[in-house]
Amino acid sequence: MSKLLERLAAGEILISDGATGTYLQQNGLEPGGCPEEFNDSHPEIVRQMAANYFAAGSDMVETNSFGGSRYMLKKYDHGERVEELNRKGAELARAAAPDGRFILGSIGPTGEFLEPNGTATEAEMLDVFAEQASGLAAGGVDAFCIETMSDMAETSLAIRAAKETTGLPVIATLTYDKGPRGYFTMMGITPEGAAEQLAQAGADVVGSNCGIAIEDMIEIIRKMRSATDKPILTHINAGLPKIEHGKIVYPDTPGHMAELMPQLVDAGANVVGGCCGTGPDHVRAFAHVLHPS
Amino acid sequence: MADITDIQNEFIRQEIEEYIERVDEREKIIALYSKTSPDMQDIAAAIIDGQHETSDELTKTGLDAGISALQIMDDGLIAGMAIVGIKFRENFIFVPEVLACARAMKAGMKHIEPILSASGIEPVGKVIMGTVKGDLHDIGKNLCIMMLRGSGFEVIDLGVDTSADDFIEAVEEHEANIVGMSALLTTTMPNMGRTIEAFIDADLRDDVKVMVGGAPVTPEFADDMGADAYGANAVECVDIAKRLSGVTA
Repeated sequence: MSKLLERLAAGEILISDGATGTYLQQNGLEPGGCPEEFNDSHPEIVRQMAANYFAAGSDMVETNSFGGSRYMLKKYDHGERVEELNRKGAELARAAAPDGRFILGSIGPTGEFLEPNGTATEAEMLDVFAEQASGLAAGGVDAFCIETMSDMAETSLAIRAAKETTGLPVIATLTYDKGPRGYFTMMGITPEGAAEQLAQAGADVVGSNCGIAIEDMIEIIRKMRSATDKPILTHINAGLPKIEHGKIVYPDTPGHMAELMPQLVDAGANVVGGCCGTGPDHVRAFAHVLHPS
Repeated sequence: MADITDIQNEFIRQEIEEYIERVDEREKIIALYSKTSPDMQDIAAAIIDGQHETSDELTKTGLDAGISALQIMDDGLIAGMAIVGIKFRENFIFVPEVLACARAMKAGMKHIEPILSASGIEPVGKVIMGTVKGDLHDIGKNLCIMMLRGSGFEVIDLGVDTSADDFIEAVEEHEANIVGMSALLTTTMPNMGRTIEAFIDADLRDDVKVMVGGAPVTPEFADDMGADAYGANAVECVDIAKRLSGVTA
């Protein structure tokens, strides 16, 4: 069993990292620019980001590869650089990792719908995920974090591709909206349904990320926990973005989120980290509460 | 007042009973359907059930039987989408089901559109839709477009990564009265405001109504940047477009 899964099985609460996009934007990524391209053009920024998160107390850091699938990179005319940009992303995070900490290869949605809703075939999508996963594995990731997913068929293909291509552990997390009848992904999956189906699809760790603030995330994790014994990971936004003086701000402070960490763990989370709007300060605050030393 | 028993189609009656919960909406839907013929209700049922082959076939049969294209569109296709929209807004159905309904709508519209355009019937309104500059996300925008087309609007889709100049050019070329902008990223959201400013600079702001939407967009943000309206989902998008074009108050 992998070291990461062993530690989770032993009951440890681990801390993941904060946002990647938010950090890169604060460090020169243009609005609408290709984040993964930074792995080649701005390696020092990407490596430093990982180093900052580890220094803040992250037990694991995600690679800068969320949009690193061929489908997404093609939109920036980098469709032929999947292997290179994913491998470099993994190498940069690895280079910053102290011994005993983990690198998660981030895999986000393709932005395509499978047939018949869209034009992508299962074989094609499986191939696209396998290509990204093998690039990340070549750069030295310890596990994958398939995240911000909404469609179970697409997520299952990603899990399968990552497992079959590399044999490494897979974490898979979905993104929920709060609607008039409760929490659902865009494609209509409930937290309880996801917890079961993700495990069936082969995920070693299940969970939820992005989309909602921590108060709602606690409810979602509670619902997922009611349906699975698998470890649960969550990456939470620093609240929902607001406009202040013409600028986008994420309202939830490190202190506010850290205060709710015990409730999140109590609800069933085993790994906690930040999503959009969070940074090293958030991680430091989480670590202060969860790993006091 | 119309009663649900005035609707002959059993499937439609069940859909209304089960999914249309708001009293005012239920009254409106019942009034709408009670005026339609069983043939048109069958078409609406095919839309609601996402059966594109049935909708294709029944639309063609209706036209062959001499029913007007406009009547089939209003009483069949659009009436069907009205129920789909409410079910979607209320979380009874989700994106996959809506896409199936939209496919069924499209299968009917492909027979209707050539007839309407040949006879010079004006669309409900003309809408320019695009995801703003720097943003490559289009799932939400495309859903809005399907629902708008399903409600009788002519929509010009500018796709993703749309510059302010592209929006302005399209408004001038198509003489559109509504511009819809979408953004998924918080970093590209401000480009909505920049596009609105570009309309002001081009002296065109008074000629168009601007509606905005997208996951991170809020009513406050829409207001702040000077948009005319904000929609949280594709159903609201249609309601707003109707209001902005003066179809509804």
